[in-house]
Amino acid sequence: MLTVRALRRLHISVSFDLQDGECVALQGPSGVGKTLLLRSIADLDPNEGTVTLDGTLREAMPAPAWRKRVTYLAAEPGWWSDIVQDHFSGWDDALPLVTRLGLPSSCGPWPVQRLSTGESQRLALVRALMLRSRVLLLDEPTSALDSASTAAVESLIAERIANGTSVVWSTHDSAQASRVASRIFVMSADGRIGDSRP
Amino acid sequence: MTYIQLAYGDLVLPALLVVMDGALSLALRLRLERQLAIATVRMVVQLVLVGYVLTFLFAAVSLLWTALAACIMVLFASREIIARQKRRLPGMWSYGLGAGCTLLAAGTVTIFSLLTELRPDPWYHPRYALPLLGMILGNTMTGISLGLDALTNGLVRERAAVEASLALGGTRYQALLPALRDAMRSGLMPTINAMAAIGLVSLPGMMTGQILAGVEPIDAVKYQLLIMFLIAGGTGLGTLAAVLGGARLLTDHRHRLRLDRVLAEKSA
Repeated sequence: MLTVRALRRLHISVSFDLQDGECVALQGPSGVGKTLLLRSIADLDPNEGTVTLDGTLREAMPAPAWRKRVTYLAAEPGWWSDIVQDHFSGWDDALPLVTRLGLPSSCGPWPVQRLSTGESQRLALVRALMLRSRVLLLDEPTSALDSASTAAVESLIAERIANGTSVVWSTHDSAQASRVASRIFVMSADGRIGDSRP
Repeated sequence: MTYIQLAYGDLVLPALLVVMDGALSLALRLRLERQLAIATVRMVVQLVLVGYVLTFLFAAVSLLWTALAACIMVLFASREIIARQKRRLPGMWSYGLGAGCTLLAAGTVTIFSLLTELRPDPWYHPRYALPLLGMILGNTMTGISLGLDALTNGLVRERAAVEASLALGGTRYQALLPALRDAMRSGLMPTINAMAAIGLVSLPGMMTGQILAGVEPIDAVKYQLLIMFLIAGGTGLGTLAAVLGGARLLTDHRHRLRLDRVLAEKSA
């Protein structure tokens, strides 16, 4: 279980619990701080507050170990090498997920430059899923995808949730929020979240 | 050794060439007269002062005075490093990093050459120590400022890639490695280019000076080779230290990228 108590970053002040195998949708107008919240939980920005995973404080472990368990997936993927498969520790292990999301299995040696926005987004999702993290913090993971690809992503994440992964899913699409999540957090301009059930 | 000594009067005729530049600027409305005049006056004053300071230092041969002169040179070098950054680290950090790395690299290499090969008596004799330090300093400074500039610009440009690596559980050194490599490459490139072109495109200043002073060309070449080796070593060492230090300043103990510590781009 992920617990977040009095997490503060700029104007944000948030507390919530996230059970194993639970998916929460995070909604709210653009610029309200959804990305800031997700990044803060992953400890990617300086922030205050108590965040624990199964009772263990994140400060009790090195930050890289925390982020392998509580993984943030940015809305805009970043690539540190020119070739797609260089970003995966085991490309062959990633292939089933790659093909499942509708990408050709031959895309490993492709240059990153050649990827479309949607391909890039799906490959970044696969790259994050390979960590088998306990908690996924997804920042608009289907914003660049058509409906078929979106459905593929949703079903893949649903499987992970069924296997016990917890997810915070930021989305502007209310229909998607009620499809994927059992709870919806609505973030307001004062940096707080209101809890509602779809 | 024989050389033709110059009197101040001998410089009047050559100085007319600068006046010619000024006249050109006026005639073509380049509006460089002011800058040209200031630069010329600065050059004359600075060089004459340095001449007297060196005369004093060479007569004194004191470790204290030599060290003081060396420190002042390092301070000017680090100010120059900061001035060349497009995006700066805040205040003391960048000053400390620039001064620390130039001092470490140029100092180490200069002392290394004084103690192992040149061995003047005493080893800190300013006639050897200060010119050597000056030449190494100038090049180390260029390497460090280019390296730091490439590092901060690279991190700002490749922010998404660095943060993706961090978000996936990479350490700050893993995440910054591509940017560190680029920064090292930029820092070392001028030295490598200079070594490749030396003698063909340009006759280095120190070698020219020695030849004018009556030294056999082949002896002057040996000195120049020594200097170039020292410069290569100092630049490598200084750039490595500066780039690693910069990487540390731009991340924190929780392996976060801290671009908020870089001051905004210079508007000019």
